[in-house]
Amino acid sequence: MTEGRLRKLVLGDTQADRVVPPSGFTAQLTLFVSGAMAFLAVFALALSMASGRLADQWASELARAATLRINAPAEQRAAQTEAALEILRQTPGVAAARALTGEEQAALLAPWFGSSVPLGDLPLPQLIEVTGDDAGYDAQGLRLRLQAEVPGAVLDDHTRWREPLVDAARALRRLAWVSILLIGGATAAMITLAANAALAANAQVIEVLRLVGALDSYIAQAFIRRFTLRALTGAAAGVVLGMIGVWLMPEASDEGGFLTGLGFQGWGWLVPLLIPPLGALVAFAATTRAATKRLGELS
Amino acid sequence: MIELENVGYNYGGGELLNAVSVQLAPGSFHFLTGPSGAGKTTLLKLCYGALNPTAGRVRAFNMDVLGLDRDQMAYLRRRVGVVHQDCRFLDHLPVIENIALPLLVSGRELGHEEANLRELLNWVGLSERAHALPPELSGGERQRAALARSVILSPDVIIADEPTGNVDWEMSQRLLQLLVELNRMGKTILVATHDLSLIRAAKNQVQARVLRISNRQLQLAGADL
Repeated sequence: MTEGRLRKLVLGDTQADRVVPPSGFTAQLTLFVSGAMAFLAVFALALSMASGRLADQWASELARAATLRINAPAEQRAAQTEAALEILRQTPGVAAARALTGEEQAALLAPWFGSSVPLGDLPLPQLIEVTGDDAGYDAQGLRLRLQAEVPGAVLDDHTRWREPLVDAARALRRLAWVSILLIGGATAAMITLAANAALAANAQVIEVLRLVGALDSYIAQAFIRRFTLRALTGAAAGVVLGMIGVWLMPEASDEGGFLTGLGFQGWGWLVPLLIPPLGALVAFAATTRAATKRLGELS
Repeated sequence: MIELENVGYNYGGGELLNAVSVQLAPGSFHFLTGPSGAGKTTLLKLCYGALNPTAGRVRAFNMDVLGLDRDQMAYLRRRVGVVHQDCRFLDHLPVIENIALPLLVSGRELGHEEANLRELLNWVGLSERAHALPPELSGGERQRAALARSVILSPDVIIADEPTGNVDWEMSQRLLQLLVELNRMGKTILVATHDLSLIRAAKNQVQARVLRISNRQLQLAGADL
């Protein structure tokens, strides 16, 4: 497309626009469809970005954190804990190791036992929170050494339940992307249908224009411009509403679990702004294709 | 200008025209006549490329019409003004914009043509009706508007299909007058009509030749009409 044509398409040629009669109902349908699709796309995008974030977060946080459990008779527990902490301090790749206090352990169990149970009387194992540094530590080597020196220690590096969670988050992100692609495809399909309907409804107008010497490109442009602008306007409205919807979602919190983290963060808020131009691009391509095909079929 | 060479046209159900040869020389005035359904409109459509011949060749401005692509065809239409039997307007635009439509679609600046447009409207007697919508016009007004639209780009050839089809005698005289004036300005004119009295009236004012379609052939009718 030449620069002149592009400029004409964007700025418009008000006189040329008038040759195609205004079509109230189709116009509103196109606006509605592109608005609704953009709205859905915002949510799919939010879901994809949030699940991506979760997957990365879980993968890195859980990979670095581990728990050491000391199952020992009450009288040996303190000594074994001290020995385990000593080993952990010497282990390369362990950034910090800290024995949880009795209150912290009680808080962890409170959801199951309630706060009225005297947990202090129960023979609870001692938990040690282990935080690895970025390089990580050799979990297998650590296990062997603990086995030899602290018989009651069990190292849980979270691998067992980390992998399915990360897999689930990644699958969610994939689904969100597939949804975005489907939304784009559905928009293209619906705009093609609407453009075909408009071209068919205006067959007589097209015939008259051909008769007085209009080029196909001139006729096509009148339709392309309309549908592109409608898709742009509709998508912009849909994106604004969708972003307000996402903005109104509760903040990420520990109580709400992973469901409340669905939203955009920082620069992520700019990504949905790409939806209206992309929608317009889809409409442009769909209408161009429909118009070229239709006009080619006419004599 | 336009040249048909052994042209045949077959619409699928049978042959409508066979071995038609005619040359429209620059500045000539031709009438095309014949009974209804004889193929007058078909022959006109062959001349401006709306139909392709099934046999023979059509040449317009020294180009083979059959070999033109869609864009070249659009450029050809700008050089041939056509007045259709049913006029064909854009009903949502006022008369003045319909008449200016060829200027608009060929990318001319309408501002520069304002004076020409007014003069043309005046010439066809539609100055008062400039802002009426086409459905509000009478048959004669529609025909004159169609004629104005066909000449706005100053084409070399003007083809009119039954321009006096549904107008009264006085109006048909007026339309004929306009066509004769165009011919005197050097335009090539081809008018299809079944109205023999119109042809007789024209013969007093202009050197017109009469072509007659009969039995799928084109004949030069005698001067005894």
